[in-house]
Amino acid sequence: MFYKRRLLLRGMLSFTTAFSALALMPGIVFAKWSKAFDADTTDDALLGMFDSKELVSSDQIKFKIPEIAENGAVVPVTVKTDLPNVSNISIFAEKNPQPLAASFTIPEGTAADVSVRIRLGETMNVTAVVKADGKLYSTQKEVKVTIGGCGG
Amino acid sequence: MMNKICLVLVLLGFLSVANSSYADPESDLEMIRQYYQEMFPDVAFEDYANGVYALDENAREQWQEIEEFPPYEIAVDTGEELFSTPFKDGKTYADCFPDGGIGIKQNYPLFDAESGRVITLELAINECREKHGEKPLKYGKGEIASISAYMAYTSRDNPVNVIVPDDPRAIEAYEKGKKFYYSRRGQLNMACSTCHIANPGNKIRADILSPAMGQTTHFPVFRSKWEEMGTLQRRYAGCNKQVRAKPFELQGEEYRNLEYFHTYMSNGLPANGPGARK
Amino acid sequence: MKVKAKMRKDMVSVKLLAQHPMETGLRKDKETGETIPAKFIQELSCMYKEKTVFIANFGRAVSKNPYLAFSFSGGQKGDPLTLSWIDNTGETKTTEAVIK
Repeated sequence: MFYKRRLLLRGMLSFTTAFSALALMPGIVFAKWSKAFDADTTDDALLGMFDSKELVSSDQIKFKIPEIAENGAVVPVTVKTDLPNVSNISIFAEKNPQPLAASFTIPEGTAADVSVRIRLGETMNVTAVVKADGKLYSTQKEVKVTIGGCGG
Repeated sequence: MMNKICLVLVLLGFLSVANSSYADPESDLEMIRQYYQEMFPDVAFEDYANGVYALDENAREQWQEIEEFPPYEIAVDTGEELFSTPFKDGKTYADCFPDGGIGIKQNYPLFDAESGRVITLELAINECREKHGEKPLKYGKGEIASISAYMAYTSRDNPVNVIVPDDPRAIEAYEKGKKFYYSRRGQLNMACSTCHIANPGNKIRADILSPAMGQTTHFPVFRSKWEEMGTLQRRYAGCNKQVRAKPFELQGEEYRNLEYFHTYMSNGLPANGPGARK
Repeated sequence: MKVKAKMRKDMVSVKLLAQHPMETGLRKDKETGETIPAKFIQELSCMYKEKTVFIANFGRAVSKNPYLAFSFSGGQKGDPLTLSWIDNTGETKTTEAVIK
């Protein structure tokens, strides 16, 4: 009797865990995640994330990223904008195997101002995309990734 | 400019070749300070504690971004835990160090008159462990680096205060360290001074070289390249390997003497470990 | 996860450092030559009083021990925040922090 009860409890526990794990992904379901984050071109990643690749260049996006990365494995990035009604900020690293590095959901009341640290495999253009009022705005910067002389 | 550099190097060379009774760490320090002041007139003295970030704006900005939430914070937490955990015999690290081991890193390395050797903080940590029945920790990284990181953190802002007492053995250790710093080695035949005395601010491939003065204040460091913490001597070994020289044993006599001289050159600068580096 | 949540004027400023290897699945083990399997956080979210105030979705290109900084309005000093992440292997972690 005891054994059966424990089995039941264990079963319930794993169900709850699985359920709560899924509940952690309210904004974006696995399938959609895969389409955007597994895409190997920026265009496919944009389509996967936004169902659109129409980008409007904007000078209202403050994109802070180094010109020459100290270490390509840890590149600090900040994207900030005063465009109204921002719902998403995403970062695309053009020459990475999968360009979409990160995508941030900005609910109402949350600032359109995010910082993260990303990996860049080589010198490339990095694009910050902001979804504001349903439209996609972007700005781009080139980041040089080099080989230093002081490895070890 | 080159003449000035040559003059300083000759003078320093003269000092090291001369009889050790003429050795004067204080004069060396004065000369090093003057030397860098001439080389970088716009860099404030305290800023040298930030190493290469005192010299390059682009690198400095990235470092400041990382400092918003530096990766070494995790090591400081781990270090604090390790530091406070009692040994098998009930004692703790606090029992081995003055002031309970808090706010003392700026005094290391120090010369121990009794044993006649240079004691670095990491060596002292392991000797403390052995004294209380525990096995020594591996040098260079891991737990010892975390404990050192915590102790460095508690010592922040204290001016580096390495003392070379008027004891011929201490002066000899200092001189040996200085000789190491200026001696060429390895297949690439380079000395520490080749990069850090003669070429700070210049590039080696895409890396900017840091000045010798201030190099030690921010150790141990979380180096992005290592993806973890590492001690000063870990970096010595890495640097030696890079000029294709065989590295010395961590905490052996060579590296301890080197650290003694090297840290002395940062006297007066604020201790600002642990640090984050590329 | 280390979290620092502070009131900055009328916004809650959140900075965090998650502890996670963020393996891309592209690295090879130096000793065995085997490819180290991908293990990286796919989603990290922040809840304040039942409301989701921030969601970050990561690909493989986010650095080891991910750092995030964001801020939101409507929070108060002393209130708790919940941060959770889930990685591609299904591992999850939840941390609570107090707004200072």
